Amino acid sequence: MSSLVDDAARRLRSNSAAMCAIFVVFGIIALALFGPWINPNGAETLDWLHVASKPALQNAHWFGTDRLGRDLFARTLEGTRVSLAVGLVASAVSLAVGITYGAVSGYLGGRTDHLMMRLIEILSGLPLIFFVIFLTVVFGRNEYLLFLSIGAVGWLTMARIVRGQTLSIRQKEFIEAAVASGAGTARIIVKHVIPNVVGPIVVYATLTIPQIIMLESFLSFLGLGIQEPSASLGTLIAEGAGEMEAAPWMLLVPGGFLAALLLALNIFGDGLRDALDVKEG
Amino acid sequence: MQALLSIDDLSVSFERPNRNISAVRQVSLAVTARECIGIVGESGSGKTQVFMAAMGLLAANAKADGSVRFESEEILRAAPKELNRIRGSKLTMVFQDPMTSLTPHLKIGTQLAEVLVCHTGASWSEARLAARRMLERVRVPEAQRRLNQYPHELSGGLRQRVMIGMSLMCEPMLVIADEPTTALDVTVQAQIIGLLRAMREETHMALVLISHDLAVVAGLADRILVMYAGRIVESAAAAELLQNARHPYTAELLKCVPSLSGPLLERLPTLSGQPPRPGESLAGCAFAPRCPRAAERCRVERPLLEVAGAARGAGDPQNAGDPHRVACHFPLPP
Repeated sequence: MSSLVDDAARRLRSNSAAMCAIFVVFGIIALALFGPWINPNGAETLDWLHVASKPALQNAHWFGTDRLGRDLFARTLEGTRVSLAVGLVASAVSLAVGITYGAVSGYLGGRTDHLMMRLIEILSGLPLIFFVIFLTVVFGRNEYLLFLSIGAVGWLTMARIVRGQTLSIRQKEFIEAAVASGAGTARIIVKHVIPNVVGPIVVYATLTIPQIIMLESFLSFLGLGIQEPSASLGTLIAEGAGEMEAAPWMLLVPGGFLAALLLALNIFGDGLRDALDVKEG
Repeated sequence: MQALLSIDDLSVSFERPNRNISAVRQVSLAVTARECIGIVGESGSGKTQVFMAAMGLLAANAKADGSVRFESEEILRAAPKELNRIRGSKLTMVFQDPMTSLTPHLKIGTQLAEVLVCHTGASWSEARLAARRMLERVRVPEAQRRLNQYPHELSGGLRQRVMIGMSLMCEPMLVIADEPTTALDVTVQAQIIGLLRAMREETHMALVLISHDLAVVAGLADRILVMYAGRIVESAAAAELLQNARHPYTAELLKCVPSLSGPLLERLPTLSGQPPRPGESLAGCAFAPRCPRAAERCRVERPLLEVAGAARGAGDPQNAGDPHRVACHFPLPP
């Protein structure tokens, strides 16, 4: 297995677009993590001398400030950190649950498959907003709950995709050969089925991260997710959109970060798919 | 001699929404240690399903009746867990299409080693060493390099060698080769048959060779069974069957094998008509509609597989334990 990863890494390194994208993604992650050391302004410090000021180098607000005089660069980095955390954690949750559930359901087939898929249909019938409000009321509002509720909804589609792929993989002769050589069900699912569905999973996961970032900003906008004084890219964009005519930078700065992040993630996912496809090596 | 694999009265049918389709009807056969039997029959004759049942690989809607015993242990209704102790180690299978029977994302070495790790609990490093020795044994050139290649980097012939190697990893007692040469071109076919013959001499394995091609089976098998429409219609020692076919179907099949030494024919003889469709109910002999010797009795009464009367080789001690059997009311004269 590790050798498969080695080969994929080698192919990925020769793909310059994907390498640029990785560079951008890691650059943004590094900025989000280490921003406070670069930027003299705190995300929650109010600068009454520069309220809603334009981006400028001389007053130390490189990307301007918002209505309350908070440094927009610091706010955007804070927002990026939150959005990335939500996107990655919720995607990881939905990946882990979705892959396991989908592969087991698709491979076992028959009645088990039937029951597992009906359960998914019931769950996807629940309105997301209702579900989140319910969780918020019961457990109070915090970020982890947001991760959990988005992850809990995100895995449904992933499970369906993995199940569909597994159904076609299960028909392949190499699965029959693996059964004939005495491999147990768990071993076959883990070693012979799941690696074969990695391609579509990776592509879908790279689309999931931006989707989840969007969903998070939507929930935050409704007052169910990230709350002031904390920020996410979504809330910043929502705020900036209100000031679009008077102060376009309030929209453009967080919007630019989000666009760059999503574009880079998409190109990276594309490159990863090519790298993991053994036949194109 | 104690049979290694004995199949008694095995029937396999597939459940369909409106009717059941019989693929195998009351087949009985036995494979003893170290022997090679050939199973011949056209597509749909049930020859593969007999052994799929033995390996526990039947489709979900299949229903199997009868008994399959391996070393006196009933395996037809065994739980997958119990079956997994046997299949892959003592009882292995080589599949028809080497292009699709190897897992595409796993390196050759990993796939070979996995069998050993799975069954004997060997460490991966030991198993990889064994995998390399196995590749050398099945005549794969540059074994060391091949270990780190993916299946798609190998030719069809090499992949089939890998499949054969994989089936031999745990020193099996019985290998079932299901049309091992069908997906390969003719020159490679001959090499693979040669390899199977060499492996039989080197190891102590018994071999079941399933094929629709009499010529493939003839060169390797000690005994040949001919199947038609889910039943065995003739069984005999290989040489006896080839020289002395008693069942009209076998005789017709033999006529269809082109010969390099015989006179040049303008047209290769073919068998006219179609085998019965799956699910068709058969009162008499399934071959009767295509049989040149069919009489009224054939359409009404099903012939049983019985020792052929007045067989020339009947008294021959070579054939003593394994008489020539045929299921025909009017067998061809010896």
